[in-house]
Amino acid sequence: MSLSAYVPILALFALATAFTLFSVGISQIVGPKRYNRAKLEAYECGIEPSPEPVGGGRFPVKFYLTAMLFIIFDIEIIFLYPWAVTFADLGLFGFVEMLLFIGTVFIAYAYVWRRGGLDWD
Amino acid sequence: MNGFTIATPAQVLAIDVRLPDLDYAAMAPMLVLFGAACLGVLVDAFAPRQSRHTIQFALSFIALTVALLAVIREARVGSRELTADVALAIDGPTLFLQGTLAVLGIVALLLVGERALEKGGPFVSQAAIPVGSEADRRQAREEGATEVFPLTLFALSGMMLFVAANDLLTMFVALEVFSLPLYLLCALARRRRLVSQEAALKYFLLGAFASAFFIFGMALLYGFAGTVSFGGIHDAALLATTSPLLLFTGLAMVAVGLLFKIAAVPFHVWTPDVYQGAPTSVTAFMAACTKVAAFGGLLRVLYVAFDRARWDIEPVIGTIAILTMLVGAILAVTQTDIKRLLAYSSIANAGYLLVGALAFSKEGLSSAMFYLAAYGFTVIAAFAVITLVRDDDGEATHLSRWAGLGREAPLVAGVFTFLMLAFAGIPLTSGFTSKFAVFGAALGVGEAWPVALVIVGVVTSMILAFPYLRVVVMMWLSEPAEQSPTVAIPGAFTSAALMVGVLATLLLGVFPSPVLDLADRAAEFIR
Repeated sequence: MSLSAYVPILALFALATAFTLFSVGISQIVGPKRYNRAKLEAYECGIEPSPEPVGGGRFPVKFYLTAMLFIIFDIEIIFLYPWAVTFADLGLFGFVEMLLFIGTVFIAYAYVWRRGGLDWD
Repeated sequence: MNGFTIATPAQVLAIDVRLPDLDYAAMAPMLVLFGAACLGVLVDAFAPRQSRHTIQFALSFIALTVALLAVIREARVGSRELTADVALAIDGPTLFLQGTLAVLGIVALLLVGERALEKGGPFVSQAAIPVGSEADRRQAREEGATEVFPLTLFALSGMMLFVAANDLLTMFVALEVFSLPLYLLCALARRRRLVSQEAALKYFLLGAFASAFFIFGMALLYGFAGTVSFGGIHDAALLATTSPLLLFTGLAMVAVGLLFKIAAVPFHVWTPDVYQGAPTSVTAFMAACTKVAAFGGLLRVLYVAFDRARWDIEPVIGTIAILTMLVGAILAVTQTDIKRLLAYSSIANAGYLLVGALAFSKEGLSSAMFYLAAYGFTVIAAFAVITLVRDDDGEATHLSRWAGLGREAPLVAGVFTFLMLAFAGIPLTSGFTSKFAVFGAALGVGEAWPVALVIVGVVTSMILAFPYLRVVVMMWLSEPAEQSPTVAIPGAFTSAALMVGVLATLLLGVFPSPVLDLADRAAEFIR
């Protein structure tokens, strides 16, 4: 295999760089600059970033829980998509396998739901 | 240079789909345990709170029994095959170790399910609640988590997969499947919450670190062999014309991950803290079952994938074995806490197991497998005794508190004395027969390294006898302390676990030949 197969990747990389530079640059030039307190704070999922509470303090883990649940479904999609594309080739075996996989994920989901992991307060 | 063409999805997907052949009967033990664990999660989600413990215990017990029967069935059929697209090897060692895991799992489950010793059981319901908070005081009064049962089953299914794994990728998945539940279980102790949380965090961080080593090593081995299957790595090492640098670096890093799990020096530092902080029933489970699983995996990696590199491996793993025996034995002498003492003893025992493994012979393999089974029973029984010696703060694990225990509870002290003698390797106990088997296998090779290892093994056994016998002397000959702990009346589960552990220790010591023969017949890996 020659290296030319990597040219599209290089092109994509160049495009991505150009897009980043362009959008950051253009927002610097034309964007309005009206600051408020929340805007100036460092972004940290629901934690008061400063001043640091004594002894670490307590912080809500709700955001983490939501993020973790999101990851479960995110990963499910990663497997679902290629399966859907090759569905015809994989046939019944693939279908049952995927049902088992989704079933396992849903067992975890049912547990989270029943144990109050989805309640915000 | 040709112009590049972008493949259409149809071209990308023009793959030849070859479905793996799955031997469901051979995979049944793992499937049963995994299925039961999933069912257990649903039980915890939907069953009424007061009946959860009963349902979970019954479910786990039945699942483990069925898994054991499935293993026995496979063994009777005499299965020797690679299945699931050579991801799993169903051979003698797999079946022997899976059977051992199932039996030890049942015995450990009895300890995990015991609720007679403490109101609400030995676990709390939520591991992450900060110590000393209002929620922590509330959960101290409440019933403990029943999630421990599905977690134990998940861990056991991972362990069974681990000993059967025939490629590094499957092995890594199995490693995580059995490690993650263990990290969580460690944090659930009802008493001494802070130590328990500390244990879990240390175990998790160091375990993740070791896993990272394992997976990096796997990547390097893939770079060398172009495959992750053990047979493929073996062939690549045999035919290699290129530099073996990738092979040895990869092997070293994979070995770090595995040696961490078996607690070999210098990857042992987590062991005392985790064994001490974890709930004692979980410690028993880890000391017995994790050791079986991790050692099974290590044996397969060494014997199947790297047997051609044997001469290069021997000095390194041999040095690690010597260090493991020495450090485990010497530091055991200085311990003042019974759980930490057993942790260092477990480190030293990992060293003895490595002596058997490094024989690189059929005898070495069979003796190591016998050792794993024998040691598992003894160590579970020993931790079962520890759960019984209690005061107002839970288990009294400081050695000074055990002074004069023989006078107060002669039966329990007698049982513990027997187990300590077994650890020390006194004849008529399984400790003697198993040490005899591994040292005999190493001497049978008749080369320099195994002989050196046996010499260190015998010397450290003598050193180790001292801390064990000191506990015995303390229990029988010392005056009881001012406020001596009471020995709780064991519930039915703990009694059963103790009985099985002690009987197995005695039987494997007096009449070891059936199990030795079984291990001998099983001691052949397939590639």
